[in-house]
Amino acid sequence: MDNSLRELYQEVILDHSRHPRHYGALESATHKAEGYNPLCGDRVTVYLKLDAGNRVADIRFEGKGCAISQASASLMTDLLLGKTAAEADQLMTGFLHVVKGEPPSDLPEDARNHMEVMAGLSAFPMRVKCATLAWYTYKNAVEEGSQ
Amino acid sequence: MTAAPKITSAFDAEAARRDFAILAKPVYGKPLAYLDSGASAQKPAIVLETMKVFAETDYANVHRGVHYLSGAATDRYEAARRTVQKFLGAAREDEIIFTKGATEAINLVAYSYLMPVIQPGDEIVLSVMEHHSNIVPWHFLRERQGAVLRWVDVCDDGSLDIEALDAAITARTKLVAITHMSNVLGTVTPLAEIVKRAHAKGVPVLADGVQGAVHEIVDVQALDIDFYTITGHKLYGPTGIGALYAKRKHLKAMRPFNGGGEMIREVARDRITYADPPARFEAGTPPIIESVGLAAALDYLSGFDRAAVKAHEHDLLTYAREGVRELNWVRVIGDAQTKGAILSFEAEGMHAHDLATILDREGVAVRAGHHCAQVLMVRFGVTSTSRASFALYNNRADVDALLSGLHKAREILAKD
Repeated sequence: MDNSLRELYQEVILDHSRHPRHYGALESATHKAEGYNPLCGDRVTVYLKLDAGNRVADIRFEGKGCAISQASASLMTDLLLGKTAAEADQLMTGFLHVVKGEPPSDLPEDARNHMEVMAGLSAFPMRVKCATLAWYTYKNAVEEGSQ
Repeated sequence: MTAAPKITSAFDAEAARRDFAILAKPVYGKPLAYLDSGASAQKPAIVLETMKVFAETDYANVHRGVHYLSGAATDRYEAARRTVQKFLGAAREDEIIFTKGATEAINLVAYSYLMPVIQPGDEIVLSVMEHHSNIVPWHFLRERQGAVLRWVDVCDDGSLDIEALDAAITARTKLVAITHMSNVLGTVTPLAEIVKRAHAKGVPVLADGVQGAVHEIVDVQALDIDFYTITGHKLYGPTGIGALYAKRKHLKAMRPFNGGGEMIREVARDRITYADPPARFEAGTPPIIESVGLAAALDYLSGFDRAAVKAHEHDLLTYAREGVRELNWVRVIGDAQTKGAILSFEAEGMHAHDLATILDREGVAVRAGHHCAQVLMVRFGVTSTSRASFALYNNRADVDALLSGLHKAREILAKD
């Protein structure tokens, strides 16, 4: 069996996709955006509650799609909860580096460890967009999704 | 000693495979099982070689120069038109319009045939299994001119509900636009019967023949169909070329689509007259080398006993269908009686893209997604499917690779 497949579909990823964290709509959301990839039909809606200091006070997502897109969204909610906008941007940049197999940017060690499960994607360039959908949707929610 | 009887009806798929060099090229170190010919077919050596030799010996622009090469290229281009005419059984060569593909061919009919006559409330009948290329041009007429799209459902097995189609054709219907063979379900529609029923009500019929022309033997005159579209790259030919067959009476009445060189009779400052069909609809420099490649591909395909090719493809379909029948976690979408060599399915607990990624690493190329048929996806309550599509060069080993890949995918993705 191809080891890169084992790495891509490792237990943590499958667990996130089957038992997504912070799943569901967020009534008190201050920001919201829907991400959609028309090529494959992956869908992710990100709900954010930003506090006065632009910190992610709460985050939820809903979605439908492949294991990678849903696991990535779930993982993202774990990573972003409680973070300031600046910290979130740093995480997003770091995540994009990780999944594309590029040299890692400056990331807090615990975040990097969290993201490491997605590193297997670098061997599957056709699937990187699945993993980045949730993050771009988050960004879109912050920038244009004020409720 | 008597000579061995010549077998004329058999089709030797293994010999045909050798015409396609790409099939011998491993992917990820595994033998390639190319089951995505429904998206685009591989090209036999004769097509590539013919295009190369033409470009090296007879190439120039067509219908323009007085020089030798322009004449030679024009001869080949017009010969390619006759090859398409013969392939589709058209009565006249000027009923064949070269386009860049079937999408452009359908858009041409929408723009040049229907747009000038359609009134708000007029209806276009189409089935829920249409590819987006046979939906979106009609949506344009809905959005811009108030046309009404009348959708005909398919039965649960994916077959066309012919009575529903008949009932959908009313006094306001201006066109029936229907696939000859669904790119997802594989369903082959009863075109002759559809045309008969539509014509009984005075309604013309367009068939999207992108898949149908590959697997069925088409005779547009016997069908009495008004419009039929094909694309080269699914017929083992090059990309960038396709064709529209349209009855002469329709073409004569149709206004031009693209404007430019070659499609005019006379241009003055304040008036213009247009060339006769087919030139009227072929503005600009056409895909010349591609036309020669398309002709080579059609000659290649026609060189086989088509019925035997169809039987071979059907054997693969049946073999694959039986193979997945044993897997109670695989659900096949589309089991019509009249079904061409396409198998779409869902696997429990696996998204089509994850499945396709794993199959890919096993050397198995399938299509995963909505297949440009979102209306059909909604009809069957799915967001995407995986699709194996079979061509003349596939064999049972390709199907075995698919089935074994399915087991591996389940092992990786659907373990408890």
